[in-house]
Amino acid sequence: MRVSYKWLSEYIDLSGVTPEELAEKITRSGIEVDVVEPRNRGVTNTVVGYVESKEKHPDADKLNVCTVDVGETEKLQIVCGAPNVDAGQKVPVALVGAKLPGGLKIKKAKLRGVESRGMICSAKELGINDKLLPKEQQDGIMVLPDSWQIGEDVIPLLGLDDVVLELDLTPNRSDCLSMMGVAYEVAAILGREVREPDLTVTEQGDEIDPKVSVRIDAPDHCYRYSARLIENVTLGPSPMWMQNRLIAAGIRPINNVVDITNYVMLEQGQPLHAFDYEAVFGGNIVVRLAQEGETIVTLDDVERTLDPEMLLITDGDKPIGIAGVMGGANSEVTENTRTILLESAHFAGASIRKTSRKLGLRSEASLRFEKDVDPEGVMRALERATQLMVELAGGKVAKGISESVLRGQEPAVVELNLNRLNKFLGMTLSRDTVADILRRLNFDFEETGDQEGTVFQVKVPTRRQDIRLEEDLFEEVARLYGYDEIPTTLPVTVTTPGSLTREQYLRRQVRRILNSMGMKEAMTYTFTSPSMADDVESVFGNLENSDYQPIPLAMPMSEERSVLRVNLLPHLMETAAYNRNRRLEDVAVFEVGNIFLSEEKQLTSLPEERLVLGGLLTGHWVGDHWLQNRQPVDFYLTRGILDALFERLNVDEISYRPVSGLKGMHPGRTADIYVAQERIGYVGQLHPEVQKKYDLGETYVFQLELEKLFARVKDYEMYRPLPRFPAINRDLAVVVDGDLAHADLQAKIREAGGKWLESVHLFDVYSGEGIEEGKKSMAFSLVYRDPEKTLTDEEVNEVHDGVVRVLEEAFGARLR
Amino acid sequence: MMREQLEDLRTRVLAELEQVDSLSALEDLRVKYIGKKGELTEILKGMGKLSPEERPVIGQLANEIRQKLEQELEQKKDALEKAQLEARLQEETIDVTLPGRPVATASRHPLTQVIEEVEDIFIGLGFEVAEGPEVETDYYNFEALNLPKNHPARDMQDSFYITEEILMRTHTSPVQARTMERKEGKVPVKIICPGKVYRRDDDDATHSHQFTQIEGLMIDEGIRMSDLKGILLTFAKEMFGPDQKIRLRPSFFPFTEPSVEVDISCVMCGGEGCRTCKQTGWIEILGAGMVHPRVLEMSGYDPKRYTGFAFGMGPDRIAMLKFGIDDIRHFYTNDLRFLEQFNRL
Ligand SMILES: [Zn+2]
Repeated sequence: MRVSYKWLSEYIDLSGVTPEELAEKITRSGIEVDVVEPRNRGVTNTVVGYVESKEKHPDADKLNVCTVDVGETEKLQIVCGAPNVDAGQKVPVALVGAKLPGGLKIKKAKLRGVESRGMICSAKELGINDKLLPKEQQDGIMVLPDSWQIGEDVIPLLGLDDVVLELDLTPNRSDCLSMMGVAYEVAAILGREVREPDLTVTEQGDEIDPKVSVRIDAPDHCYRYSARLIENVTLGPSPMWMQNRLIAAGIRPINNVVDITNYVMLEQGQPLHAFDYEAVFGGNIVVRLAQEGETIVTLDDVERTLDPEMLLITDGDKPIGIAGVMGGANSEVTENTRTILLESAHFAGASIRKTSRKLGLRSEASLRFEKDVDPEGVMRALERATQLMVELAGGKVAKGISESVLRGQEPAVVELNLNRLNKFLGMTLSRDTVADILRRLNFDFEETGDQEGTVFQVKVPTRRQDIRLEEDLFEEVARLYGYDEIPTTLPVTVTTPGSLTREQYLRRQVRRILNSMGMKEAMTYTFTSPSMADDVESVFGNLENSDYQPIPLAMPMSEERSVLRVNLLPHLMETAAYNRNRRLEDVAVFEVGNIFLSEEKQLTSLPEERLVLGGLLTGHWVGDHWLQNRQPVDFYLTRGILDALFERLNVDEISYRPVSGLKGMHPGRTADIYVAQERIGYVGQLHPEVQKKYDLGETYVFQLELEKLFARVKDYEMYRPLPRFPAINRDLAVVVDGDLAHADLQAKIREAGGKWLESVHLFDVYSGEGIEEGKKSMAFSLVYRDPEKTLTDEEVNEVHDGVVRVLEEAFGARLR
Repeated sequence: MMREQLEDLRTRVLAELEQVDSLSALEDLRVKYIGKKGELTEILKGMGKLSPEERPVIGQLANEIRQKLEQELEQKKDALEKAQLEARLQEETIDVTLPGRPVATASRHPLTQVIEEVEDIFIGLGFEVAEGPEVETDYYNFEALNLPKNHPARDMQDSFYITEEILMRTHTSPVQARTMERKEGKVPVKIICPGKVYRRDDDDATHSHQFTQIEGLMIDEGIRMSDLKGILLTFAKEMFGPDQKIRLRPSFFPFTEPSVEVDISCVMCGGEGCRTCKQTGWIEILGAGMVHPRVLEMSGYDPKRYTGFAFGMGPDRIAMLKFGIDDIRHFYTNDLRFLEQFNRL
């Protein structure tokens, strides 16, 4: 809402309060003033001039030489390039020495040899937003009203001595979408009186009945419709003071009748509409819902197709306007209009809001109606506008009002208990302080009270639709008294231990553990593209073979971000590609985040949100260093990181099982990860084709379902006594088939080693010279210990020989 | 005769000792002259031929010479060892200015850092961390928060809907509603709710369709607006430094009444006025207010008996202020050069 300081001061005394001070006060007590904007952008020394004569410039086709009277004895010769300049016009003249917006200084000049003393200005040159001017004023110089005195300063005449305060209104304060509403707000802040405009209408015409009739056929959408008839109006421009105020508010002046409806809307907050009475068939107004597919051409010359939820103003025959949104072109007020049917109505906010949304058509009227307008405003606005039509358009008002009133509203009575107020705010405000604030707000109240304390029965004016509860009044008191005055205390309650849940704690641990190993935490978007969702296997399995499908947004902002992710990897792959494109080729990142799963095509319940850890490594682990060579990342590094993670989280019974056929993964370099017999995720290299698609080198990834992992975390373990008897070490090197899995060999060793075998550690894998084709040598170091006694060599030899025999039998292994 | 031999031995040993430059040569010298089978022992084998009068005199002389030589050799040994150590240290000298062996380290995402810091401050004040789904029902996201369908304030947060009743949450407030409901009217409720939220905004330097939020809620008997001020001031001091001040400005949220915006002293200029704070000395970081009686009621708390406050802040904005980041998109692009700048634990 743009509020003209000068206009506002008509309703409330602003003396002693500068626009800047006013803005600060309004902001501090609840409504943010975004901008304080002087209307004068730097115009000085510019007066009303009268063009006495105009002649063609002798040497320039497009220039005119004008003789201009600016109220001084000497007439000025001014060269002017505007095509619309003409003798007999009154125009703004920037005198020699004047300044114009943009830093232009007016000097005596010679234009193509002809002397020019001053400049005839266009609206734009005077810093006026020319989009808000009538078409004919936009091109060329500004033509001023004849009535203006020659030589007078144009700055006040054009309202440029005004300042506009732009209010950023929150949805609850739609009362301040009007000058009167703002006046009441300022009155409460400053403690001054509001001056309401006079609403007396002089009726001189015939009875309105039967020239106009009103009927509401949609009682849930329209609560009241009131109309007046004003005959014999003369269309023409509205007076400059009105135009100035409309322009200051950001509304384009059109003609006196339309300007009056807009002016009154700005003043009272109640939108009005003026119909050309001749276009209203029989003068009958019928307010009804539209029929499916019904059309109307609105004032902006667009044909709109309507549906049965939209409210129409009709004349019983055809639609003449979309209620509260925009009038119809067929009943538009034009220069030939002589009789005005003036509408002031109260429509249901939700209905107007829906219609305006559906049509994508927002107007100053719909903006107000869709919030809660003051139901009392209907009559005030109707009378105020009627009175101005008499005054400014020479109309004759028919006797009476034609109206249908289905629903009125009494002021709400809200109780304010002083004790409760003070307990709520943590303050000790007195009865008088609170009473004074209520008076400043212009809220009537009765004071009752007993030993329990004072209670105010507050009658809330209908303009304040936002105040319905006691707490709403608490806010009014607090904001006008000042939030700075509220003390700072700490709650007086039982102490509670604050804490993280086990899962929150473990999530933090996962991040820290991975950080400590050099993996950076990334955060990527939840929304992704359907094509990317499926590039690589999700942690739960393959999309194609599952009933899960990515959940689509109803109205995505782009295809790229149109479904919810089912997989953390694609965005990590994008992250790697993004960095690679910037020559940052060594990437080790992880993300902890949710994936979203549902088997429903159309969601009827919330999807499953699963917490997943995704990780990606590509490029090199150790970069070039003077002591060691670059080490490309590989499977075993990736697995090593996971091993360390499991170790530090205290998760046992982890196994890696080779798996081929995971979508997007290398068939020979991928493993499912199990805890005991439960699969919790996988690790492996991206399939070369996927690497190529994302423009990545050799890239390793993992995904784990964290809830499953966390369920296996042992929160603490009992202490194990330190060994009291020595261990005996034995190395074991065997030659086995090249494709024998280490896990199988190791499992066999453990099985055969029995209870004395404390640990098995692989320390060498070798194939090549000395080993026959298709075979490999694997060397283990075994530790034997009996916790109860010292083992003898003989005892260990016997067990160890048994291990060798078992390996020979099971795998055809032979000792090396 | 023996005397001359002994004197001569002493002279020779001392002369030779001068020339010794290694511990092994020194040892050789010792063995050769005063070792068990050394020259001195050889000479003393002739003692038997001496007269009884001469024997003690020569014996004493031999002892003196042995002691003298042993002492000299010991000194020489010390000197040689010291020189040798020095030579070794000299040899072992390295260029300590060369870079160290790389040990991998990395850091949490800056948003995680801010969120955890805020969590820890409120945990210290006795709050629990509560979480809820990112995909929410219209009921919890709006209606339970006093935002019925068609409420004009729904304008303020245009949302990503999945169906008419299910959407991406636009704030973490639904977690508050869910928690209250779960607590079934029990007090106190003291929670903070961090998480990702989504709004229909075109991504630019200051807007992101996905961002993070932390909301807080406290409900009990006798909670006052002054308590809200107290808790938030405590938070501001812990988060931004002990000299922090806060300022409340009236505002509007459908789920609180009264509602306020909370400013803290500008972190850039400390309140002097600068570009960040538009010369006001204050920056807005929080929205807050007293829980709306209808919200309490809908979640099973009698508003005549219980009061409470709620507040919400954006870790993205806080991180931007705290670290001086100028573009919110950095948080979600994961440029390594960006992430590497937040290397603290
Ligand atoms: Zn500052």
